[in-house]
Amino acid sequence: MALLCALALVATAVFAPDAFANFITPQSGGSPNADRISNLYDITLYIAIVVFVGVEGTLLYTLVRFRKRKGRIPVQIHGNTRLEIGWTVGAAVVLIALAVITFAELHSIRTPDVSGPNGLSVGDGAELTSADAITPPKGPYITIQVNGQQFIWRFTYLGFGQGSGANTADQLDDAYTYYHMYVPTNTTVVLKVVSQDVVHSWWIPDLGGKVQAVPGYTNWTYFKISKPATYSGQCAFLCGEGHARMKALVTALPPKQWLAWLHTLEAQLKAQKAAGAAGRAALKNRSGSAAVENP
Amino acid sequence: MAATTLNPVPQIVVDHVERPQQGLMGWLTTTDHKRIGILYMVTAFVFFIVGGTEALMLRLQLGVANNDLISPQTYNELFTMHGTTMIFLFVVPMMAGLGNYFVPLMIGARDVAFPRLNAISFWLFVAGGVVFYASVFWTPPSAGWIATVPLSESTYSPAGGVDAWIYLIHLTGIASLLGAINFFATIANMRAPGMTWSRLPLFVWSILTYSLLLIVALPVIGAAVTMLLLDRHFGTHFYDPTEGGSVLLWQNLFWFFGHPEVYVMVLPAFGIISEVLPVFARKPIFGYKAIAASTVLIAFLGLLTWIHHLFTTPTPVVVLIFAMIASFLIAVPTGVKIFNWIGTLWQGSIEFRTPLLFAVSAIMLFTIGGITGVFLAIFPVDWQLNDTYFVVAHLHFVLIGGSVFGIFTAIYYWFPKITGRMLSEALGKLSCGLMFVGTLVTFMIQHSLGLDGMPRRVYEYDNVGHLQLYNQISTVGSWILAAGVLVTVINVARSLRTGPVAGPDPWKANTLEWFVPSPPPENNFDAIPRVRSLEPMKDIRREVERRSLTPHTPAPATITADAPSEVSV
Repeated sequence: MALLCALALVATAVFAPDAFANFITPQSGGSPNADRISNLYDITLYIAIVVFVGVEGTLLYTLVRFRKRKGRIPVQIHGNTRLEIGWTVGAAVVLIALAVITFAELHSIRTPDVSGPNGLSVGDGAELTSADAITPPKGPYITIQVNGQQFIWRFTYLGFGQGSGANTADQLDDAYTYYHMYVPTNTTVVLKVVSQDVVHSWWIPDLGGKVQAVPGYTNWTYFKISKPATYSGQCAFLCGEGHARMKALVTALPPKQWLAWLHTLEAQLKAQKAAGAAGRAALKNRSGSAAVENP
Repeated sequence: MAATTLNPVPQIVVDHVERPQQGLMGWLTTTDHKRIGILYMVTAFVFFIVGGTEALMLRLQLGVANNDLISPQTYNELFTMHGTTMIFLFVVPMMAGLGNYFVPLMIGARDVAFPRLNAISFWLFVAGGVVFYASVFWTPPSAGWIATVPLSESTYSPAGGVDAWIYLIHLTGIASLLGAINFFATIANMRAPGMTWSRLPLFVWSILTYSLLLIVALPVIGAAVTMLLLDRHFGTHFYDPTEGGSVLLWQNLFWFFGHPEVYVMVLPAFGIISEVLPVFARKPIFGYKAIAASTVLIAFLGLLTWIHHLFTTPTPVVVLIFAMIASFLIAVPTGVKIFNWIGTLWQGSIEFRTPLLFAVSAIMLFTIGGITGVFLAIFPVDWQLNDTYFVVAHLHFVLIGGSVFGIFTAIYYWFPKITGRMLSEALGKLSCGLMFVGTLVTFMIQHSLGLDGMPRRVYEYDNVGHLQLYNQISTVGSWILAAGVLVTVINVARSLRTGPVAGPDPWKANTLEWFVPSPPPENNFDAIPRVRSLEPMKDIRREVERRSLTPHTPAPATITADAPSEVSV
C-alpha cells in the first residue's frame, strides 16, 4: 500500500507542473552547468524508475503468486547458472550504459561556458588567460575569490580594485563584499574557493554543484548567468554553531549596471580605507605618547 | 594379548570444579558466547532506543520552519550523538551480538575460539559507550559523527566532547577488532565435521566478511583519531594547514574506514535475510555460491570507493572517475544478491510469518537506498546532491532498510532460540507494518528536501518552497517508525514471560542452531552432528522421519553424530 502511495506521489511529480519543480529533480536554471547536471540526473532517474519498478514489481508479484496455498509444493532447486550469469551481465550492462552517458556529459559539465557577446568585455576588466587549476574558459571571464569563514562568505573581485590594475596579486586592494555577490550577466564567472578556518561548502543550487572550501587548498568552479536575477544558497558542510545561517546571495546585473555598482563599491571601500588609515594614525599618536610615559 | 585390541577409553581427571557464578555475578563474569551475545544485543538495543530518541528530537526541531525549540549548539550535539550512537553503539555491536550467539551454534562449535577475549571485547564496547555518554554531563561533541578537521581541532572545539568521541572510537574499535579476530579464528577452525566452506551458512559467511573488513579498516581510523588526539593535546600539526598539515588527509583516512563500515553494518543483515528467506519459502537458497561470492566481492570493492565521499573536495578528476566506476561496480554484486533472493522466493511456498515480512521489507527498502546510491556515485550529480537531505534519505534507506530491518528480522527469527518462547505474530506484523510505513514516510520525502536545496546538519531553515511541508511529513513519519519499534519492545517484554513455548525447531529451519534445545545448554552440543549439506537440519529431520518409520531400528538420541566427546563432571 505504502509503496503504491509512493509510486503515486512519484507519478504526480513527474506530470505535475512547476509547483513541484524540485520534487524529484535538482534545482537548475541559473547557469548552463546546473542544467547539464540536472539533465544527467534526469537520465539516471529514468533508468532508476525502470529498475525500481522492475525489481519491486517482481518481488511483489513473487510474494503474491507464490504465497502458501493448499497443495503448493515448493520447487527444490538450488540455482540456475544461466539465469544468474544473465542477470549479472544485465546489471553490468545498465551500469556500463550509465557510465558511458556520464562520460559523454562530463566534458561539457566540466568546461566553463564562453561569455556571450553582451558580457563584460576585456576593456572593462575581464581576463583572457589564466594559469588556474580549472580548465580556462575560452574567451573573457572574471575571477571571484570565495572565502569561507565562520559564519559568512567573503567575495573578492580579483583584479577589480582601486587603481591596482587587473590581475594583481595584491588582493588587499581588490574590491570585496560579504554575503551578497554581484556578477555581470552573460559573463563566465570563475570562482576560486578557499577557506580561512574550517571546511565549508559553497553551494548555490541553481548555479551548479557544490565545491568544498578546504583550508590549505584551492577549489574551483564556475557559472554563467544569462539574465539579471538573484539566486540564494547556503554553506553545505557543517562548519559549527552558525552553519545553518551561513547563507549567500548571487545577483547578476547587466555589465554596464554591474560596472556602475562596482564603482560605487570602490568609492565606498576607498572611503573606508581612508577612514581606517586616519584612525590608525590617531591610535599610533596616542600609543606613541603612552610609550614615552611608560618606557 | 587381548589388552592391545581394547579401544582407548576417554578419561578426564578433574580435581576441582569451580561452582558456576549465579545471578548478576554470573552475567558480569561470563565467558559463555551466548550470554555475551545477549549482553551485546541488550546493550546495543538500549543504545538504539537512546539514538532513536535523539533522532525524534531532531525531527521535532525541524517540524516547523525557523523553530527555536532546540538551540543550534544542542542540535549539533544531538545529531553528532545520534549518528555516532547508531553506528558504533548499535548496529556494529548488535551484529557482534548476533554473531556471538549464532556463529558457534550454526557451525557446530561449543564456544568461540577465545572466550575470555570475547568477554574483553564486550566490556571494552561498554566502556566506549560509557565514556562517550559521560560527555553529556560536560559538553557533548558537536562536530558530527565524521568529526571533520579543523572543526574538531581544539581551536574550534575546545571542549572535551571530541575527546570523548575519540575514546569511543578507540575503545569500541579495539573491541570490534578483537571480536573480529575471534570470529575469524572461530569460523576458520571450529566448524563441525563435514562443514566445508561451501556448506557454511550464509550468515556465517557475512560475519566472516564483516570480520575481515573490520580488521582492514579499523586500524586506519585508530591511527586517524590518534593523530587528532595528538593535534588536540600534544601540539602536533597532522591536520593543521597553517603548519604543513593536511585537512584532506583526515577526510581520506576517515572515509577509508567509513565506507567499509557501511558494509560492516549491512553485510551481516544480508546474511540474516539469506538465512530467513529459504526457511519461509520452504525452498533452498537460490545461487548459494553467487550470494557468498557477492558478499566477499562487495567487501573488496567497498574498500576502493571511499573517494566518493570526497567528490566535492579539491581532488583530481581521474581519482573521482575511479571512485565512480568502483561504486558502480558494487551495484552489480548487490543486484545479484537481490535477484537471488527473489529467485529463492520464486516457486516457493511462502509463509508470511513476521521474520519473512521483515526480511522482505528490508529488501524493498534497501533497494531504494541502493538505487539512490547510483545517483550519488555519478560525481557531477553528487555535486548537487552531496551533503543535502538526499544523502540523509539515501543512507537511512540503506541503514534502516538494510541493517535495522535485518536486525529486526533476526530478533523475530531467533528470539525463540534465545529465550525458548515465541513472539506474538500479531504484534510482530503490526510492528513491521508501522516501521515499513514509517520509514517510507520519513525518508522518501527527504529526497525532495535535498533536491529543493536543504543541506544536512542545519538546525533551522526558512520556509521557502515546500520545505516546511516536506519536513512536517518527515517528522510525522519518524513517530510512526518509533511506534513500530515500541510495539516490538512491548512484544519482547510480554513474550519473555508469557510467550508460547517454542521447542527446539519452531520454524523447521535449515541450520544447526535449531538442532539444540531452546535456549541452548551451556555446552551447546552434547554431540556435534556431521554436516552433509548446506541444510543439515533438513537432512536430520529426514533421517529422523525415515528411522521412525522403520520400527525395528530404535531412533537414537543423536543422529549422524560423532562419538559423544563431552564428558559431564
